[in-house]
Amino acid sequence: MPADNEVSPIVAMRGITISFPGVLALDDVNFFLRPGEVHSLMGENGAGKSTLIKALTGVYAIDSGSIDVTGTSQVFRGTSDAEAAGISTVYQEINLCTNLSVGENVMLGHEPRKGGRIDWKAVHRMAAAHLESLGISVDTRSLLSNHSIAIQQLVAISRAMVLDAKVLVLDEPTSSLDRGEVEQLFTVIRDLRDKGAAILFVSHFLDQVYEISDRITVLRNGKLVGEYRVKDLPREDLVNKMIGRVLDDLEAIASTSARVIDRSETPILNVTDVGRRGVLEPADLSVFDGEIVGIAGLLGSGRTELVRLLYGADRADSGNIEVGGTAVKMTSPRQAIDHRIAFSSEDRRAEGIVSDLTVAENIVLGLQARKGFRRINPSKQESVVAEYMAALDVRPADPNMIAGNLSGGNQQKVLIARWLATAPELLILDEPTRGIDVGTKAELQRKVAELSEKGLSVIFISSELEEVLRLAQRVVVMRDRKCIGELDSQRLELDDLIDFIANQGTGSAA
Amino acid sequence: MKRVMKHRLFWPVVALVSLILINTVARSQFASITVRDDRLYGALIDILRQSAPLMLVSLGMTIVIATRGIDLSVGAVMAVSGAVALTIIDDATDPNSLGTVLVAVGAAVLVSLLLGGWNGFLVAALGIQPIIATLVLMLAGRGVALLITEGFITTVNSTPFSFISTGYVLLLPFAFFIWLAVVAAVGVIERRTALGVLTEAVGINPEASRLAGVRSRGIIWSAYAASAVLAGIAGVIYASNIRAADANAAGQFIELYAILAVVLGGTSLMGGKFSIAGTVVGVLIIQTLESTVLFLGVPSAQSPVFFAIVVVVVVIIQSPSLHRVVRNVFRGTRSGGTGEPTSDVEAAR
Repeated sequence: MPADNEVSPIVAMRGITISFPGVLALDDVNFFLRPGEVHSLMGENGAGKSTLIKALTGVYAIDSGSIDVTGTSQVFRGTSDAEAAGISTVYQEINLCTNLSVGENVMLGHEPRKGGRIDWKAVHRMAAAHLESLGISVDTRSLLSNHSIAIQQLVAISRAMVLDAKVLVLDEPTSSLDRGEVEQLFTVIRDLRDKGAAILFVSHFLDQVYEISDRITVLRNGKLVGEYRVKDLPREDLVNKMIGRVLDDLEAIASTSARVIDRSETPILNVTDVGRRGVLEPADLSVFDGEIVGIAGLLGSGRTELVRLLYGADRADSGNIEVGGTAVKMTSPRQAIDHRIAFSSEDRRAEGIVSDLTVAENIVLGLQARKGFRRINPSKQESVVAEYMAALDVRPADPNMIAGNLSGGNQQKVLIARWLATAPELLILDEPTRGIDVGTKAELQRKVAELSEKGLSVIFISSELEEVLRLAQRVVVMRDRKCIGELDSQRLELDDLIDFIANQGTGSAA
Repeated sequence: MKRVMKHRLFWPVVALVSLILINTVARSQFASITVRDDRLYGALIDILRQSAPLMLVSLGMTIVIATRGIDLSVGAVMAVSGAVALTIIDDATDPNSLGTVLVAVGAAVLVSLLLGGWNGFLVAALGIQPIIATLVLMLAGRGVALLITEGFITTVNSTPFSFISTGYVLLLPFAFFIWLAVVAAVGVIERRTALGVLTEAVGINPEASRLAGVRSRGIIWSAYAASAVLAGIAGVIYASNIRAADANAAGQFIELYAILAVVLGGTSLMGGKFSIAGTVVGVLIIQTLESTVLFLGVPSAQSPVFFAIVVVVVVIIQSPSLHRVVRNVFRGTRSGGTGEPTSDVEAAR
């Protein structure tokens, strides 16, 4: 099946099968990684990408099949076995100790010693050197938790490099990075590749996949679709192979940006001068009935901070918030919910899903919290859960499944279901499509469009500007923790928006 | 069979039943129950009676642990509660009147509730780590108890008060009915209302729960209050048993036994999912073990070692890693086998 055989693979996985209770996650999958190559693993949510990676990195034991690394057969009993075999991983959700310093994290488990004791000076010197080679200069003695997710991600990558890995697995490494940081990362990846490392790259960003990869393996529903060289696989073909049907979903979504919004009535939410020292400069925002307001800006521009303040997740120290024309205090999420505002956080794992509870319990959590201790009656709960699982097409359609076992995209659907079940008038979606495959993304966008047509107001935050432009009628642009402008998205082109984000106001690039 | 083995109470129950079997094999009268004077007698009945204080404390501990917390102050609360009850009875003109005893018990429970409120305040309102917050009362509580009893071990002779721990109703010990009623009450409150699932949500992911609008502060507060109230009742039962308020001995180390019972019952110390039935089984395991020590005549000097060894064995029996090893051995003999994730915990990651 491989198009050429000139380089023998460093990792050969053959006939890999893994099943979980009720699900065949991987079914007889072959996968080969060659040195000096960047190999992308593609597939929709639940296609088995994560499972395959976890088999390779020793997280899951395989039920059948074989894994050869540099020609020797391996049985991984844990992640340390895989690491010992030269396979290093940077996971999608950052697995670092945020309570330790940057340097300690980079060198964790590999601290240089002097006379039996850890040589802390050397630890920080070496950590700094590793970070330097990624082009990052941070104080290695500062706490990791004080840094942005982007920096934490780069720290995780430099940590993998410390292990001097022959195989580097990058699972969605770019989902939290801005454009410049992605470039920085790609420079490093190319550098490692040229030195002969085999790199397994997983990303939902097709542009990035085509920019960095040499080869692509496609999975669908736990089965291998095929292995291709990038130059032999045009994008449409890739998407078709991933989804298994011809699909122009993203194009087909009726753009809602042109819809005319009646702004003569009182806005459903009107925010003036809301800010918090050190977090957000006072900002204004209004949302009208049935309107979708997009917030555009780079990572760390204050998008999330703004919506957290108006949801009461964090407390504002200035400004006024009016809901339906009446001034209200917003000091806790409860109050926001009582005013029919819902907020779906960008951080699904830490702030969204309650992983050990079932899908059904997760969906009714918001409703139940509002109702207090009186339990929602079981038959009503069942019908609510069934209704929203069907509406959002949560898969597998098992309400009693543990929510933590769902794929990322389906977890996102569960969270949106949770909020829709509370019948909000304003829904705040912070990066609802991050780390989600094309098909689900299109589905979610269509759903948002549909809801807004029925009168739901939405604040939509996304790093993917095309998405914002397609959905929103108005776009609020943020940069450096303040609002820098508001644009009518109807006649707005993507390039103009990018230019506005980068240059408006200061005349210099952000 | 497989379904039964998968049940999360399977291994705790196996441990409990094996303990009882071992005892019965060692001395057959362990399992014998006789009727005398309209009362059932026997080692098993004693276990039911004596487990009351630990049962109540462990139930409270289960709820607190479910919120990702821990309550180290339960033993001290028992001491305070006993001191309050006995001081009131001791000062009363008629220690034998039922009214006096009811007032005393009521006051003891009320004081416990206040102490629980204090713990909850430290944890939920001030955000102090539970282990530190409850350590305060754990250390100070016995001092408070000594203050109430003015430094003495207050003893009383009160028939209604003694009845709490030593009385019999319908052939069975009254104390057994107390814990049965409390188990039922806690079960109903946690599982028939949404409190249980909201508590679990707060324990699993506090931030997600807060953003979903769960009043996590109130839930955490109520958990510590419940824990203290239950410890307070346990303190009354303990004091009734020895007819004295001993500020130093009451509930000594009970917080550790309670934590052990909760864990044996399958509730994770990391918070979240909890099992009331599991805790009941866990307490019965510990109490059976206590009886075993007495029953097999283990010399008192060695009994802690014996106790520790058995606990280690019980914990190993329940260990998922051991189950995995055993399963792999079996799977090796029947080639192939059914695929399962290495463990639930890992699959969830």
